[in-house]
Amino acid sequence: MVEAFYNWIIQFFEIEQSAFIYFVSIVAMILVIVLPLLIAVAFAVYFDRKIWAAVQMRRGPNVVGPFGLLQSFADGLKLFLKETIIPSGANKVIFLMAPMITFTLALIAWAVIPFGEGMAIANLNVGILYVLAMSSLGVYGIIMSGWASNSRYAFLGAMRSAAQMVSYEVSIGFVLVCVLMAVGSLNLSDVVLAQEGGILDWYIWPFFPIYVIFFISTLAETNRPPFDLPEAEAELVAGYQVEYSSMAFALFFLGEYANILLMSAVMAILFFGGWYAPIEALDFIPGWIWLLAKTAFGFWMISMVKAFVPRYRYDQLMRLGWKVFLPISLFLVVAYAGLLIAFDKLPS
Amino acid sequence: MIEILPAIAFYMFAAVTVAAGVLVISAKNPVHSVLWLILAFFSAAGLFVLLGAEFLAMLLIIVYVGAVAVLFLFVVMMLNINYEELREGAFAYLPLGGLVAAVLVVEMVTLGAAWQFGPDVASNLASVAPAISDVENTKALGRVIYTDYIFIFQGAGMILLVAMIGAIVLTHRTRTGVKRQNVVKQNARRPEDAYALVDVEIGKGVTMPKKKG
Repeated sequence: MVEAFYNWIIQFFEIEQSAFIYFVSIVAMILVIVLPLLIAVAFAVYFDRKIWAAVQMRRGPNVVGPFGLLQSFADGLKLFLKETIIPSGANKVIFLMAPMITFTLALIAWAVIPFGEGMAIANLNVGILYVLAMSSLGVYGIIMSGWASNSRYAFLGAMRSAAQMVSYEVSIGFVLVCVLMAVGSLNLSDVVLAQEGGILDWYIWPFFPIYVIFFISTLAETNRPPFDLPEAEAELVAGYQVEYSSMAFALFFLGEYANILLMSAVMAILFFGGWYAPIEALDFIPGWIWLLAKTAFGFWMISMVKAFVPRYRYDQLMRLGWKVFLPISLFLVVAYAGLLIAFDKLPS
Repeated sequence: MIEILPAIAFYMFAAVTVAAGVLVISAKNPVHSVLWLILAFFSAAGLFVLLGAEFLAMLLIIVYVGAVAVLFLFVVMMLNINYEELREGAFAYLPLGGLVAAVLVVEMVTLGAAWQFGPDVASNLASVAPAISDVENTKALGRVIYTDYIFIFQGAGMILLVAMIGAIVLTHRTRTGVKRQNVVKQNARRPEDAYALVDVEIGKGVTMPKKKG
């Protein structure tokens, strides 16, 4: 995408090739992804609250703007105008860096998401590993905030979160291995290209058990209910976010939702055929709209889980991760490898 | 002119790696040290990407930054460290530390020299590693580890497994009187197992029925 834009600029303005223009086109492409993403995050929060309200037969936000659509922007403005409070016992630099790290990591992972054929900022050969790496780095924002806050609630929340994220990454890793065996490449574009065709060619059908494990692990990885123990308000007030206010809190909040959207997009790419239309007749709709629709579907499911599943106890969470998902996903890796060989479906 | 961008990236990553490395040992707070170490790992991953070894870069981040350094951070944060005490003896170790550093420097220089002037290095390198542009390095590594040297790799894996089991056996202690949950048993429990309705005559009392569940 960067290359194409760069070449277009060079030709359109008839200027010489230069490193500066290349740099500018990289920055421009990043803005093209990040700005819509931030707006999408604002609406995702609204969407989340509306779904939650609908399940509980309430109305949800309906005051600011038509249907309450501007509620998130009003909340953002409010947060922006609040005072940033730094606890006197806190480690100031790390305290302020933690939300920035969470937010940045949630954004940079989007660099490898392909919105269409060849429409990714970085078409990395190891795209899936990159997403996995960035989501595993996300734990630092939480640990650092917990430690730097110098508060027991925050520290306990951070400890829980770190243990939880490290545990569920293992099963996510095995889930990815299963899909990659069928694709034969770590490139996210190749994963989508392998699912070319209609809805029946999507990986959701052959890989359904894996999809279930991935979905549940995603909830744990993004600290969503029923696994939102790091911020369990009943026992830890708000976990690692206890001491944060104003923009620092807003960065955590945005980062969290950007991460959820990212995992929804990854789910759409791995299991729902990425940018492909479900039936051939709908091919005239551009691919990125399909990807957005599938991402929205993933987000809707994650949101529904929040609405009707009660929170897990911490030991149950750990048991589910290590004693249920890990053995099952390990078995599935072996089973799918065997099936792929038996049916001669291994990619060359 | 675009070729200047990788050069800028290289000098940036290299400078950050070295600076973070120095700060790891000079930071006064151990938690800061670990955070600098993480930055050093991260920039080293950037250098790997510039070399065209993107698979190694991602492994460095996932394994070292995502898992090993988290454990470091855990341990350092949990320990109750007295910073004053820690700093007191630091200079006593300076001669020994300097000696180790000197040995390392000599070894690194020798290694670099061998890389440049060794008689067989060029041919050995060529025989093992195909050109980066020909093969994705994920595939190349996979072929070397899982096809060419599978038995050696499996052997190393077995040794690690034995070491792990050994560590668990050595530190294992059986505690008595631990009440464990059996989830299957809990789920299999029905209301009829858990309670019973009993008619109690006034002034007679009742013997509790025996627990079934």
